Amino acid sequence: MSFKRIDLLICCGSGCISAGALKIKERFHEVLAEHNISNEVNMIETGCMGPCDYGPVMVIYPEGIFYKKVTVEDVEEIVTEHFIKGRPVARLMLQEEEKVIAAKKDVPFYQKQIKVALENCGYIDPESMDEYIATGGYEALGMVLTGMSPQDVINVIKESGLRGRGGGGFPTHIKWQMVHDNKSGEKYVICNGDEGDPGAFMDRSLLEGDPHRVLEGMMIAAYAMGATNGFFYIRAEYPLAIARIKLAISQAKELGLMGENIFDSGFSFDAEVRTGAGAFVCGEEMALIHSIEGQRGNPTPKPPYPAVQGLWGKPTVVNNVETFGNIPTIIRKGAKWFSEMGTEKSKGTKVFALTGDIRNTGLVEVPMGITLRELIFDVGGGMIGDGKFKAVQLGGPSGGCLTVDHLDVGVDYESLKERGAMMGSGGVIVMNDEKCMVNVAKFFMDFCVEESCGKCSPCRIGLKQMLEILERITSGRGREGDIEELQRLGESISKLSLCGLGQTAPNPVLSTIRYFREEYETHIRDKSCQNKVCLDLMHFNIDKDRCIGCSLCARKCPVTCITGSREDKYIIHQLECIKCGNCFDVCPVKAIDKIPGIHPDTAAHLQAMEKVTQKYDD
Amino acid sequence: MYKEICTKYAPTKDNLISILHEIQDTHPQHYISVDAVKAVSDYLKVPENHIYGVLTFYSMYSTEPRGKNIIRLCESPPCYIKGSENILRKLKTILGVNVGETTKDGKFTLELCACLGVCGNAPVMMINEDVYGDLTEEKVEDIIEKIRGRN
Repeated sequence: MSFKRIDLLICCGSGCISAGALKIKERFHEVLAEHNISNEVNMIETGCMGPCDYGPVMVIYPEGIFYKKVTVEDVEEIVTEHFIKGRPVARLMLQEEEKVIAAKKDVPFYQKQIKVALENCGYIDPESMDEYIATGGYEALGMVLTGMSPQDVINVIKESGLRGRGGGGFPTHIKWQMVHDNKSGEKYVICNGDEGDPGAFMDRSLLEGDPHRVLEGMMIAAYAMGATNGFFYIRAEYPLAIARIKLAISQAKELGLMGENIFDSGFSFDAEVRTGAGAFVCGEEMALIHSIEGQRGNPTPKPPYPAVQGLWGKPTVVNNVETFGNIPTIIRKGAKWFSEMGTEKSKGTKVFALTGDIRNTGLVEVPMGITLRELIFDVGGGMIGDGKFKAVQLGGPSGGCLTVDHLDVGVDYESLKERGAMMGSGGVIVMNDEKCMVNVAKFFMDFCVEESCGKCSPCRIGLKQMLEILERITSGRGREGDIEELQRLGESISKLSLCGLGQTAPNPVLSTIRYFREEYETHIRDKSCQNKVCLDLMHFNIDKDRCIGCSLCARKCPVTCITGSREDKYIIHQLECIKCGNCFDVCPVKAIDKIPGIHPDTAAHLQAMEKVTQKYDD
Repeated sequence: MYKEICTKYAPTKDNLISILHEIQDTHPQHYISVDAVKAVSDYLKVPENHIYGVLTFYSMYSTEPRGKNIIRLCESPPCYIKGSENILRKLKTILGVNVGETTKDGKFTLELCACLGVCGNAPVMMINEDVYGDLTEEKVEDIIEKIRGRN
């Protein structure tokens, strides 16, 4: 073993990789070799550090310097200035209001975060089992196997108050207890890594950044309920996560932490990885079980619950990746330590994925009960650009929208549910005041219609009906009574659908009606989209006073609907316009405006057309 | 060829999804042919109609030949909010195909997909197994050009 002078931690989470982290790593290898100091620097590829928007990011120890948005060209300077001369490169550090922040611990993004599940994410090399063990890994498994009975383990989890992190918030210990009490010889434990919620990437980051932790959590669960086989069900869209967990399993087997009679305790355990194939509904536990069995991922009615009749008809526990990620630390630090964080009914921390019009997009872990304001404005750094905060969608397509009035609501399972949103798996999509909520609702509905498995009719037919109404509203054909019809349909679909997908799919529509009803009304009554998003309910117009007659718009128009001359200035022929927005983008003097509502010419044309069709119908 | 892939797995029905993945990934045209279904059906002793049921249920499988490189642009809300529509328009123009189609030279197939889980760097697309984030219209052109050159 050799001692190195510098630890260079390069974030190789999927976000940073997509921004070019691997090329930077290669460049470091080259430059370090050129300067002959390769043996002085310990380069580590870590999992996600969190602030994806700053990517590619890296942290350099012993100083703990945090660099953001590093490019291949910056590598030479980092090596010569920082590594050789000991002068950190200030221009790559975070700048907050003219203040340069050098150390990672001072970065505002990390200030209110408490990392439990993400403890090692971005700190250790996920492909090295030694590094996991060095940070206390597998200690909990050792404690459990050598000194605790299965019931003791369940009791600790019960006392900790841990609830499922996949969305529903079902108390983890109840599921475990049910399977524990079942006398069946064969039992299974499944890790649900079919993270399909748009805007959610905590499972991916945890699986990629600290796979051994998830594996350890699963093994402790298996011991507590007497299961000897486990399955990781991971989306095929996450190839790196699949590779990392497979590697973790083989490393654990090699070291004897997995297999027959572990530590001579009499406990044997084996786990396999199964991949999805692009079906959102497989995140639902019964659908997931059927998918592992090699069938279509259709849900089946509950009861029987999987804890009674799951995989191949045997008692099965399905837990989310993040739930498993919490287990080893709870065992190691105790139930009391965990339950001191959070609110009365929602204990511990929760990982959120911040996305949308927010400055610090990325992965964060905060104590339950933190207010939305703290989450979005302190941790997330507030809105990006000039836009003002308008709404936040929590819980993906199953969740709901909350508004500026809810910023002081604490984030926990109950508070969110009361207000029509839900925790979901933890996706937080922040939207600025340029967004049209009817359009957003339509977008989520479109997603659910596509992902509905088609097994039960409320979801298959009902959601399609809702989508058609929304399409009608956003294309200017909305009618009085459409809002009430949407509510009626939404409520019945919620009550009648077979699984969670259908039961929660109307939420985005219902919550946007609840909080942004006036937007629906202007779409229907005034045939106008005030945010100029719904193309049929807005138009482009050239302001003659500002137009300089340069003809650029006319030349860029794909349907040649802009005509004019330098003297007469240019006009858009509304009936031919396809609203591609090219003219708006290219105008050098910003003489083109987006105007809410249908242009009078188009409206007259539509009316005439309607008369013709009506005559035809009569 | 299909037989060889099958025999890597135990002949139990629960391996169906993994076998289909491997067949599709190793086929130069990234699809599952009629012959492949027959081979899998023989090996697993599962009726062909069950296999077709599974094939058509999951969106990642294709029963039609596709291009050498599969482009999957994320169409989920976080990417949509950050302008994935413009990226789609750009891809359609430079490739000269619509969604679901393959370029004439057989190099690219353009598809849309649900969330890729890299929302912090939206808009995002995946080409084969590589993820490209923070896309702009210029970047897209660059990426496609590079892959064209490589092949």
